[in-house]
Amino acid sequence: MNPPQDSAIDQSIIDLDGHDIRVWRKGAGPRVGYFAGWGGLPRWTPFLDELSKRREVVAPSLPGFPGGGRAHLDLDTQFDWVVAARRIFMAAGLEGADLIGASVGGALAAEIAALWPGSVRRLALISPLGYYDEAAPPADMFARRADEYPAFLCADPGLWRAHVAPSASANDVEWEIDAARAAEAAARLLWPLGNSGVAKRAPMISRPTLLLRGDRDQVVSSALLAKWQAAIPGAKVRTISDAGHLADLDNPAAVAAAVLDFTR
Amino acid sequence: MNFLWFHLMPYMDLPADFRAKNPSVWVDIDPALFDPARAHQMYNDYFDELEYAAKVGFDAICVNEHHSNAYGLMPSPNLVAMALARATKDAKICVLGNSIALYNPPTRVAEEFAMIDCVSGGRLIAGFPVGTPMDTCFAYSTNPSQLRQRYHEAHDLIVRAWTEPKPFAFNGRFTQQAHVNAWPRPIQKPHPPIWIPGGGSVETWDFCVDNDYVYCYLSYGGYKIAQDTMKGFWKVVDQAGKERNPYRAGFLQFVGVAESRQQALDLYTGPAEYFYGRCQHIDPRYAGPAGYVTEETQRAGLTGQVARVADRSKRRRATEMSEIVDEGYVVLGTPDEVVEQIREVATSLHVGQLMPLLHFGDMSKETTFTNTRLFAEKVIPKLKGLFGDYEDHWWPKPFAASSVAAE
Repeated sequence: MNPPQDSAIDQSIIDLDGHDIRVWRKGAGPRVGYFAGWGGLPRWTPFLDELSKRREVVAPSLPGFPGGGRAHLDLDTQFDWVVAARRIFMAAGLEGADLIGASVGGALAAEIAALWPGSVRRLALISPLGYYDEAAPPADMFARRADEYPAFLCADPGLWRAHVAPSASANDVEWEIDAARAAEAAARLLWPLGNSGVAKRAPMISRPTLLLRGDRDQVVSSALLAKWQAAIPGAKVRTISDAGHLADLDNPAAVAAAVLDFTR
Repeated sequence: MNFLWFHLMPYMDLPADFRAKNPSVWVDIDPALFDPARAHQMYNDYFDELEYAAKVGFDAICVNEHHSNAYGLMPSPNLVAMALARATKDAKICVLGNSIALYNPPTRVAEEFAMIDCVSGGRLIAGFPVGTPMDTCFAYSTNPSQLRQRYHEAHDLIVRAWTEPKPFAFNGRFTQQAHVNAWPRPIQKPHPPIWIPGGGSVETWDFCVDNDYVYCYLSYGGYKIAQDTMKGFWKVVDQAGKERNPYRAGFLQFVGVAESRQQALDLYTGPAEYFYGRCQHIDPRYAGPAGYVTEETQRAGLTGQVARVADRSKRRRATEMSEIVDEGYVVLGTPDEVVEQIREVATSLHVGQLMPLLHFGDMSKETTFTNTRLFAEKVIPKLKGLFGDYEDHWWPKPFAASSVAAE
């Protein structure tokens, strides 16, 4: 497990049935949890830095994503994934905190808010996956050439490349394997269509919810986000300019401002 | 040595501009290119060719499973194998194989293979491939992260279904079945020989060696590029302290035989260029889904042959006959030239189970018969004794002829 590159980040480990799960924390203030999107957190991001200026940011890794070991290989069903995410959420001390879920992480953050409504104060979902609508399906995340992903995920492809580029201290082979494992974990959860069945449970989300989407998101269309909005009572939508699917990578200041404003 | 005549059953009428106008021969190939009337002719020709191979003395005839593609028209090889079991008497029936992770429940494979074994009088070789990513993960949408877990569980279930003396409950991660009770059961005991086709995964070598199964490298890249893969396999055999018996290993090799080298070029250039130009036109998007290649294989620095082919397909056209022959994709020449090249294939790779591919691409039935006859009459006799010092523990054990059902 690679150490954080920023000494201000506190790293701790929680146990999930014998798997080490990394938790990164930074900042002070009311606690806010973050479930990362496609690719996870191979490194800390400017978005989380922005949040941590006013909040205690807690970012636990999800199974199979960087810092999440090979825990995904024990998860066979959507039920297994939801229970694992819930256990990680609780072990990271996020009960009662605000929760942000992006992309793949949004699929699981939405489940926690739906099934344990008292556990989330306010919910922010950034281009969440898991909701499948035949009229507005998410783009195929999996049938892609490796060289397509940067421009597919971010409005500025260089931001994705920088996010996943090996750190100076990393073993290149293992770094590559970590990245492949993150894609595998997303596949394990969402293969083949990106349909986790969360559409059935989204109406159970009773906490205030903000839905964010980059205006250049190629994965979740505005029509699909509208389906999320229709399913979650009272959900609000914010569009982030100059941003793709991973809007918090593309435009960290705008996403942080929107989330901080919503969770005041 | 054993010689197993292998058919891929490609669709033969892809247009000349197929490569330019279509992204892939697999997964999303245009259904409008499929003409059922032509397929009627192709299938019947292909049966004729397989039956002819059995008649002229090949040790076995081989079929395999693919989906949503023009590369091979056998979504169910068991249908073909069953017809061949009826139409042939001595040749072994090699189904190489069923992609066992795709069957729900996998008990279906135990049942169907047992049917073929019973009908054929114990002539079945049971192949269990993981399957290509195009077939398994995209055409059939099996989760790539679960594919190998499902594969191993299916293998355990099938072997138990063949060997447990009583009905049993199977409590797997992916399959739960309260009453596993395969009727019929195979003639061969404890079960038909199990052969594992692989494309170069480290785990497949271990799996074959641990279980004493035959490892078959079904390469369409020829014997030159296969050296590293087969060395890797034999290294695992050595490390396990097991006998370097060449019958542990199978290898597929494209072959074109003719009376002269020029005639061979005349006969086989078109079919070879059709195969490598059109049947191997695979979109890289379908070649490497996340999780398909295991971390151990990634660490070993190996790339599966599907990914290699797709990558090559993207980069350049490796489809001209001179290159195809130079790189050893197709062994070509007079019978004597082919004998020497096949001897080199078999000895350099140390494989006792050779699968010459004598129909490929859009080869006509007449040419296929010529190729098959020349190989049977003029190549096999000169090589049959190779590896005669070894005992083949992996060959079917059929009924004695006197026990076989009368015609």
